[in-house]
Amino acid sequence: MTILELENVSKTYGGGPTEVHALSHVSLSVEAGAFVAVMGASGSGKTTLLSIAGSLENPTSGEVRIDGRPLSSMSRNDKARLRRRSIGYVFQDFNLLNGLTAVENVSLPLELDGLPAKKAQAVAMEVLDGLGLSERASSYPDQLSGGESQRVAIARAVVGERRLLLADEPSGALDSTNAEAVMRLVLAACHRGVGAVVVTHDAHLASWADRVVFLRDGRVIDQTMPPAGPESLLAPSPEL
Amino acid sequence: MSIKHSLLALLSEGPKYGLQLRQEFEAKTGQVWPLNVGQVYTTLQRLESDELVESDGLGEDGPRRTFRITSKGDSELSTWLHTPPDLTSPPRDELTIKILVALDLSKVDVHEVIQVHRRYVVELMQQWTRLKENESGFDLRLALAIDAELFRLDAVVRWLDAAESRLNRAFSEPPRIETSQPLRLRRRMGVR
Repeated sequence: MTILELENVSKTYGGGPTEVHALSHVSLSVEAGAFVAVMGASGSGKTTLLSIAGSLENPTSGEVRIDGRPLSSMSRNDKARLRRRSIGYVFQDFNLLNGLTAVENVSLPLELDGLPAKKAQAVAMEVLDGLGLSERASSYPDQLSGGESQRVAIARAVVGERRLLLADEPSGALDSTNAEAVMRLVLAACHRGVGAVVVTHDAHLASWADRVVFLRDGRVIDQTMPPAGPESLLAPSPEL
Repeated sequence: MSIKHSLLALLSEGPKYGLQLRQEFEAKTGQVWPLNVGQVYTTLQRLESDELVESDGLGEDGPRRTFRITSKGDSELSTWLHTPPDLTSPPRDELTIKILVALDLSKVDVHEVIQVHRRYVVELMQQWTRLKENESGFDLRLALAIDAELFRLDAVVRWLDAAESRLNRAFSEPPRIETSQPLRLRRRMGVR
């Protein structure tokens, strides 16, 4: 089942001589459980693509569908509800709310969606526990390490019945061990059926994805083929 | 990859015979580097003639001949482990040469050449990462060997990204008067 579909999406900012084509005729499909990385240099349109995919911005032309529903036919309220219920966002700088504890940060989207606070926090605790963070649940963001903060941000992005995870350089500020832990969390979410799109300039991160799409000057220029079985990389048993 | 020193390292743990050395070499490198038994015996002969190992097989050849490290071999192993490899001379990297050559060919789109290589390297990285995802939790040596390969390939992608960015800048700016770089340095870097 296709969770996210971008069909011939273009985005232009400004007009006249200052017109900038951030995205040009981009088409992209993400199935349930698929992990797609979008690679490109700064200014290639990665963040614009993610904003449009997450209904945070409207395309200039083209259509975006989430779970088969076209965003162009949704009201502002419908989109807000879709974002709360179906889409999880992870940002490079975590974007945790400093006045809330880790568990409150995670439970907030559920509460905004009408779930009673106690129930929401119980669900949030479950997710934090699954990420090895139950002991940090009462900590505030400024008491968490970078790796812990990003895990809380991922917990917030996957809590509830989210179907789509959108991440912008999710491990940009982390060391390689914590970055790997973050990518394993994204992968685990995909194994549960979540579709994920991670935009990054980092090949190391992108290599966790099933498919890597290359973006240049707002256009999709290439993508990787499904990787062959890893066994092919191991040494064959030498003949005696 | 120094087979010679890897075998010395294995023998520093105690005497071993050839087949055993091959098996342990593969196990300790996470089966990432293939090694055939012929390479093992050729290397052992060379080590023996250099007095870095000795055998107590007394004329006996083949799989039952046991080798042990000598004190000279111990010293050689320690020196090797503590000596950084010579990284001063850039290797004659085929990929670098291809991009440099593509620059001079008017019929070739160098960006396309860069992307072909970038895609290939990222696909390879995906394969290595799958292997880590599936197996490395159980095998520390394999995880370390895969990390080494992933960082090496990542450096290739970074160089391709930097090359593309440098080319974009070079093509968008007015041509500059070239300063004459020392000829020897240009030759050493493989630049015409």
